[in-house]
Amino acid sequence: MGVETESKFHVLAVDDSLFDRKMIERLLQKSSCQVTTVDSGSKALEFLGLRVDDNDPNALSTSPQIHQEVEINLIITDYCMPGMTGYDLLKKVKESAAFRSIPVVIMSSENVPARISRCLEEGAEEFFLKPVKLADLTKLKPHMMKTKLKKESEKPVAIEEIVVSKPEIEKEEDSSVIEILPLHQELESEQLEPMLCSNKRKAMEEVISTDRSRPKYNDITTSV
Amino acid sequence: MLGLGVDRLQADINRLLASLFHQGVLDEQFLQLQQLQDETSPNFVYDVINIYFDESEKLLRNLRLLLMDREFSDYKKIGLHLNQLVGSSSSIGARRVRNVCVAFRSASELSNRPGCLRGLEVVEHEYHYLKNMMHELFQLEQQRILAAGVRYPM
Repeated sequence: MGVETESKFHVLAVDDSLFDRKMIERLLQKSSCQVTTVDSGSKALEFLGLRVDDNDPNALSTSPQIHQEVEINLIITDYCMPGMTGYDLLKKVKESAAFRSIPVVIMSSENVPARISRCLEEGAEEFFLKPVKLADLTKLKPHMMKTKLKKESEKPVAIEEIVVSKPEIEKEEDSSVIEILPLHQELESEQLEPMLCSNKRKAMEEVISTDRSRPKYNDITTSV
Repeated sequence: MLGLGVDRLQADINRLLASLFHQGVLDEQFLQLQQLQDETSPNFVYDVINIYFDESEKLLRNLRLLLMDREFSDYKKIGLHLNQLVGSSSSIGARRVRNVCVAFRSASELSNRPGCLRGLEVVEHEYHYLKNMMHELFQLEQQRILAAGVRYPM
């Protein structure tokens, strides 16, 4: 029974194949996550509470019944799906003010470097090649921790100050910590640690240069 | 006289698995699959492999229908079906099925119809061999579970 459900991470898994849904569900459960599976990108958006307008698939509005009681800590989606691909879903999530902070992971059975870069540039945290292994899922914990801590932190300004004053700590930490620094600090850190997760760095450089309004300052983690 | 049946059945199971690994029918990914089974999900391997059988047979039927059609030209569709088969076969550790699907896929990428027909036959053959082996494995496991439940009077 769900004795520890409040403390478990809740993952939304998206795949059109029943077999793949069964696999990823078990893998996630084995990694102590609560799992909801859906068979399409549009159902994923519905579950999150985003209404998809059939006439204009590019129009997104938050439906009156946002599933506020269902906190999703991560979305993991197959890339190749009919209709809305995993990439399309990723874009929609990242374009939504309400849900862009939810980490998204893409899975694919094909190793296509251009596809992988594209997904990472669009904001995917990880790209897993199928078959996904239990070991792969351990990479998810840091990304999911961010969303949990974000909800629990009450003083974003104070924490930001702490992080800014200790740049040497960020060097050792997971690269995702770099995201929470103010813009000028980010550029400095990148000069200090050029080898830190090149895909991530590339993704962030792209974001900075294209001047997209991603609210990076809000994704605070108390990683001190 | 407790558990002799169990030991013999376990030995049979181990021997069958060892043989399948040796033949390259299964690879270490199958072991990963077994690791996902536990007391909270005691039938996971059986359930997921049955889903694999259902989905694979649908895909194989579709592939045959596509290729039997004289007007056939949709090699891209063949590729999509094969991607799914390659992926799911890899996920359960069905190494030989996966490999012959990859070979079939190469023929489809070259729009080689005779190559595709041959590829399909090989895949069907390997798939059915795997299915028979899995059924044998499941039967042995079922018997072992039953044997473990038998208590002989002292």
